[in-house]
Parts: sequence; structure tokens; C-alpha cells
Amino acid sequence: MDPKKSRDSAESARAAQFPDEVLERVLSLLASHKDRSAVSLVSKTWYNAERWSRTRVFIGNCYSVTPEIVARRFPNIRSVTLKGKPRFSDFNLVPQNWGADIQSWLAVFAERYPSLEELRLKRMTVTDESLKFLALKFQNFRALSLMSCDGFSTNGLAAIAARCRNLTELDIQENGIDDNSGDWLSCFPENFVSLEVLNFASLSSDVDFDALERLVSRCNSLKVLRVNRTITLDQLQRLLVRAPRLTELGTGSFLQDLNAHQYSELERAFGGCKNLHTLSGLHDATALYLPVLYLACANLTFLNLNDTALQDEELAKVLVHCPRLQRLWVLDTVGDEGLEAVALNCPLLEELRVFPANPFDEEVNHGVSESGFLAVSYGCRRLRYVLYFCRQMTNAAVATIVQNCPDFTHFRLCIMNPGQPDYVTNEPMDEAFGAVVKTCTKLQRLAVSGLLTDLTFEYIGRYAKNLETLSVAFAGSSDWGMQCVLEGCPKLRKLEIRDCPFGNAALLSGLEKYESMRSLWMSACKVTMNGCEVLARERPRLNVEVMKDEESSDGQAYKVYVYRTVAGPRRDAPPFVFTL
Amino acid sequence: MGSGGGGYEKDLNLEATELRLGLPGTTSSTAATDQEPEARHARNNKRSLVDRCEEEASKDASRALQKDHDSAPSSKAQIVGWPPIRSYRKNSLQATKTETETSLTGIYVKVSMDGAPYLRKIDLNVYKGYSDLLKALENMFKFTIGDYSEREGYKGSEFAPTYEDKDGDWMLVGDVPWEMFMTSCKRLRIMRGSEARGLGCAV
Repeated sequence: MDPKKSRDSAESARAAQFPDEVLERVLSLLASHKDRSAVSLVSKTWYNAERWSRTRVFIGNCYSVTPEIVARRFPNIRSVTLKGKPRFSDFNLVPQNWGADIQSWLAVFAERYPSLEELRLKRMTVTDESLKFLALKFQNFRALSLMSCDGFSTNGLAAIAARCRNLTELDIQENGIDDNSGDWLSCFPENFVSLEVLNFASLSSDVDFDALERLVSRCNSLKVLRVNRTITLDQLQRLLVRAPRLTELGTGSFLQDLNAHQYSELERAFGGCKNLHTLSGLHDATALYLPVLYLACANLTFLNLNDTALQDEELAKVLVHCPRLQRLWVLDTVGDEGLEAVALNCPLLEELRVFPANPFDEEVNHGVSESGFLAVSYGCRRLRYVLYFCRQMTNAAVATIVQNCPDFTHFRLCIMNPGQPDYVTNEPMDEAFGAVVKTCTKLQRLAVSGLLTDLTFEYIGRYAKNLETLSVAFAGSSDWGMQCVLEGCPKLRKLEIRDCPFGNAALLSGLEKYESMRSLWMSACKVTMNGCEVLARERPRLNVEVMKDEESSDGQAYKVYVYRTVAGPRRDAPPFVFTL
Repeated sequence: MGSGGGGYEKDLNLEATELRLGLPGTTSSTAATDQEPEARHARNNKRSLVDRCEEEASKDASRALQKDHDSAPSSKAQIVGWPPIRSYRKNSLQATKTETETSLTGIYVKVSMDGAPYLRKIDLNVYKGYSDLLKALENMFKFTIGDYSEREGYKGSEFAPTYEDKDGDWMLVGDVPWEMFMTSCKRLRIMRGSEARGLGCAV
């Protein structure tokens, strides 16, 4: 299927030694979009060769470009990844109906990419009509992944199931959608066999289990199956015996009264899953039934326990059977003792995420503290990704932690009480994050918390030379802090700030910076409309958007979202979004 | 039969004619005078809590919180979007908590609707958020609630969903974060007619 192309005659003479087809073939081997961007800047010939050979496009901010521009540049796209709303929309900081609707993209794709195969969306609004449109217009469609999206219901999923004959992947993750019923699953035709990935763990309705069982039986290539909570243990057993080649499994409810026979059947079913490397779900699992898993854990590299309120002993017993574990997600119900068990049993651990079981309950005293984190750092020296929600922390602990584990690439620490100091010395947590940025030279992503002065940001600006994403909340003393970061971090791409005393001077100190970044978010800071107007005027290639509402006083710019774009101001902005 | 003043006062039914604050049909707990200062104090706290919980005022809250970091305030303001947990996870956590801790106790509240012959009872834990709850109420009582906005309450229908909170005040459903609502809601009442519009439109 060679595309038609017009050759630049002047250049083809120069490139005669290196025909376009060869260049295109070589470039088609490039997978990383960063590499491809670099390659496209070499020369006009290379730009053209790259754009004709690109089949996958990644757009980190759907408003940075229009679908028409994308289609004009890349004629042969088969896979599109799009991200929409700012990340703080996950935490209800972005009002409903903000935008990032996929429909305008689909309309262009239907015309320009009728052979589109994959669509991966994060934080986009997707309506049922869009899903039906997708199912109707794209005959080769194979893979749909929706993460943190909203606007659709299970009716839309039914359309996908019914019409996409070649579907290999249906991955529905953590979306705020209307689950009207589980009937969508029954819409897969009886002769449909191509499914490889099915994830409906975040939906709540019952599905027709017989339909699911038949589906799993006939899809011999099924590798990833994540069912929802309504699937019981005995149903799980029936699924497992039909899909022993699963590499990733998300179970349903792990709480059920099983008799001895059922129990041993379940154990045997898990034993048959020799290829399992990822396990999740396990809702309400307790010490009683966790042992059925053990036979399947030998090759486990990712264990996701954040839907199970395990205690430390229960966790310890499981971890003994997971020697190869690289990624672990748990609830803080396991406590510091549970984390000590992690340190003891998981020497290969690279990623740890500890989520709070009771994030909004002030009276709760349990959870994890600095000692759990410390313990893990002693036992798991390969740690490079941590997300840690805790109620207390000390500078000394963090300093030791990064000394033990200097290879952190992602360090996200959330001390849940905003503005809380080191609980032993009562000092700000500046030295903790100073230690992180000084020691972890590979740091790409940082989230700070606790009581922090401008000193933290001086440290970040001075030392975090590989930092790409920074999240700040309830921190800093003055404009100087934000300025340090904007002037000091050469690779900064995403900066999200809430409830900090940074104002116009800070905002405008980034004038030279924002076009090299994907986006800036500032909410509940001291920025005013005047400051935003100056920024907008000085930098016409940025969209400076202010979200207003009745509560904010006139001059205040309460929520500001700034991003580079070649698409100009949004044409679909809702009434509460003002582009300056 | 009655002896002296007590019986006589009861016959006069002075309570019914007594002037008091509060919506008709409610009884304020003014039994003991020593409760009043506390109730007032709690009400002030709550009002400032509501103020602080309004999305747009979290700036003040953050400054206040930073100043107060040494003392431990008994009732903290619940800040929107903090801790940074995804709403989806919040809901699944709620479900996990309920089932693992106490499968028997949910958060059961009575629901009354003006004009309906009997009340219903629902478990707030079952619902993921306001839209879930309101949809369930619409189904249960066969009516439609209008569209919610901070400015005008529920526009477009003659019904307004209200709830009685811990202080005995009747609040419009939907103003505070869902988690806070669940812990402070004692009972629900679907108001109808002019009363409903008055509540919705008041600033």
C-alpha cells in the first residue's frame, strides 16, 4: 500500500544516493515519538519521510493542535493517543463540560483515517454518540482504551461490542460513566473471537456471566482480563480454566463462602495460570482466600492491592510467594509493619504506591508513616517510582530514603495534612525535598507536600535538571519560589500548582519558558486577570485560559490554564472559560 | 387530673403557637439552655466550614491552615480535591470500607417527600455521588429534579432535595462535597412547591 507522494525535485537530486523509500523504511522502525520529532527536524526530506512513515501519533494536549493539522501532516495514522483535561480535573478542580470532546476529532478521522485501528484517550469527554460513530465509521477498528474519561454510558460500549468485528482491546479504566446495565457484554457476536484485552473492572453492573464465559472460551488470544466486582470466586474459577494463558488478571470479589471442593478447584485454576505477571482486583480479600493465589504468584511482577484493605500479616503472607515483584500498589491499612514485610520479601521492587484507605477521615490514626517508607528504602534498593500518602514525615527520613535509593525517577510524596511540618523538629520540609533533588539526578517527576518555603523551590531550580513534571499544593512563601523553578529546570514540561502564594510576578517570570512546556496550571494562587492579560499579549502562541465563577472577585484569576498551541484559541470553550 | 400549671400549659398547646426560628414542621432542640451556646458555636463552625468548602475560597483555608499548623483544630475544613485522590478511587474506597468493616451498618436515612403518604429509607453508602443519589430518588418517588447550579439551586422543577444536617438545619442537597454530605446528613426531604423555590433561590 504505497502512498502517493510528490517528490521535491530539487531535493531528490541531493538525496539520490539515499532514496526516499529507504529512508522511510528506516524511519518506520522508530517507535518513540520523541525520536520521531527529532528526526523530522533534520531536513525537509527527513521531515517528509518521517511524516509518511508515522503510523502512531501521541498528542499530550488535545487543544495544542487541531485534527485537521494532524491529518494534513500525517497521512497514514493507524493509532491515536489523546489526552484532554488538565490532571487536576481528576480531583474535581475542573468544572463539568469543560471540553476535550472527542467528537470533533472523530469527524476528521472518519474522513482522513478511515483505517484507524487504535484510539487511546485520557481525560477526554466521550459521548455514546461518539462511541456509536466510532463503531460505525471505522471498519478496521481494533483497540479502544478509555482512562479517566467521562460522558458515555454502557450503551456506547454496547455499540462497540456489537459492531467492531476486529476488536482486540476494550480497556475501560476509572471513568465516571453511567453504568446502566451489564448487557453491553452480551452484544459481542457469537462468532467474535479476536479479543486480547478486556478490562471492565471499573463498571458496577452485573454482566451476563454465561455470555462472558463463552466470550472468554472462544477468544483464544485473550491475554488481559479484568472483571468487575460482581464476578464471584466460583465464576472466576470457571473463567480461569478457560483462559490459562492470561498474563494479566483482575479478579472480582474475593469474598464468598466456598466449600472445600470449590476452594481446591479455585486453587487448581490459579495453579494453571503459569504466565500471570499482573494481578489486581481482589476486592475484600482476606487471609482466608488469598492462599488460592499463591501458585500463580511465582512470576508475578505487578501486584495491585489497592482495592483490598489488607492488614500487615496478610500482606506479609502473600509477599512471601512473590519474589519477583517489581511493582506493588497497596492501601495504607497494611501499616508500617506491612511495609517492613515488603522490604523483607521484595528485593526487586521498583515501584511502590501506598494509597490512603481513609483519606477524608481526620480522626484516623493509622496509616503509614516515615518509618514504613524508610524500611522499604533499606530493603528495596532498586526503587525508582514511589507514590506515598502518609500523615507524618520527617526531613531526616527522606534524606536517608534517597541515600538508600538514589535512582528515583518519580517521587510523589503526599503528606495529607496541608502545610504540615516535620513532626519531630517542627521545621519546614524543605530539606527533605532538597535531599531528593540533590541525590536523585534522574528525577523526572516530583510532587511535594508539607510545610514548604521558597527554599524548596530554590533547591528544585538548582538541582532538578531532569525534572519534567512538578506538582505543588499549599506551599511556598513568595513569587521567588515559582521563579526559581521556571528559571532553573530546563526540561520542565508540566507544572501544576494549587493554593500557593504565587502571583503575577511569578507567572510572568516564565515568559521565556511556557512555549517549551506542555502546560501550566495555577489555581487559588495570587494571579490576577491583569497578569494573565499581560502573558497573553506577550505570547500569542499560548492559550491563556481563565476559569471564572460567581465566587471569585473581579480582578482575581482563580483558575489559570496556560498551554502552547498551534490551534489558536479554543472554539468550543464553555461560557466559564475565558481565553485572553 | 392535671395539677396546676403544667397540665394547663399543655392544654393551651403553647408550643404550637410559640415563635421560633426554623422551618415549619421541624423541632429545634432548645430543650436545655446550656446547649444553645454550643449549638451556636457549632453552627458558626459549620458556616465557616461551608464557606471554606466552597471551591473558590480554599485560598483562605490554605492560609488559615498554614497559620494553624501547630494547633490541631477539632473540625478541619474539607478542601476540594484534597488529598489528591481520584473521584473514582474515592467511590471504590467507600465501597471497600463498608464491606470490610461493617457489612451490617450502612448510612440509613429517612427520605420524605411532601405529599407522599409514607417515608422511605435509603443507604447513602450505596451511592457514588450526588447524581447517583438524585437519580435514585427520582426513581423512588417518580418525579424529576431540575438542574443544579450553585447560584439557583435546582432549576426547572417544583421539587428541591433538602437534608437535615447534624446541627438541625435544612440544607440544599449538592452544596458540599459528597463525603461531607454523607457524614452530616441525618434525613432527606424532597420539598415541593413554593417552599422549594424559596430555598433554591435564596442567596
